[in-house]
Amino acid sequence: MIILLVILIISCFLCLYRAGKGPTVPDRMVAIDILGILAVGVCAILGYILNLHFFIDIALAWIFIGFIGTIALAKYLEGRSLND
Amino acid sequence: MIDIAGIIIICVGVAFDLFGCIGLIRLPDVYNRLQAATKCVTLGTCGIMFGIFVLSGFNSLGIKSLICIPFILLTSPTAAHALARGAYIFGVRLWDKSRMDEYKANK
Repeated sequence: MIILLVILIISCFLCLYRAGKGPTVPDRMVAIDILGILAVGVCAILGYILNLHFFIDIALAWIFIGFIGTIALAKYLEGRSLND
Repeated sequence: MIDIAGIIIICVGVAFDLFGCIGLIRLPDVYNRLQAATKCVTLGTCGIMFGIFVLSGFNSLGIKSLICIPFILLTSPTAAHALARGAYIFGVRLWDKSRMDEYKANK
């Protein structure tokens, strides 16, 4: 289980690399969205390993926070355009 | 026996997550990255949640992780669709080797 957790955290760092390097703004937003969904998996596995059941509550809240944040940022992107 | 089944399901989920993130690094375009990362990471995290349910059974951890699965399946594609539409309207160009632009043709 520890090895699986380490692989998930390596995936999180790959997402952070894309969020830092990404050429355009939507690249960074995609990377942050994916990072939120990965963190849900990290919370679930960590809660199972440590036998602490409140970690899954954090995961369940993080899904909705990430969804609302991504929808708000996407609407912000549609509002202003590079062309006009 | 059921522990081995749960750990195998979690292994499949983590492998999907890792491949999705490698696709996020390797692919050339915003839309390609969005497609690879969203599909793989959604299925991978749902696999992790189902594996946690199989491992821990009907206690609070297992039931709440089972509740997480439909929420991920509902919210993640919606967010990806909104991001793709926002990126197109924002003015991000397609990759120069992309053949088709159906959104532009239908508009």
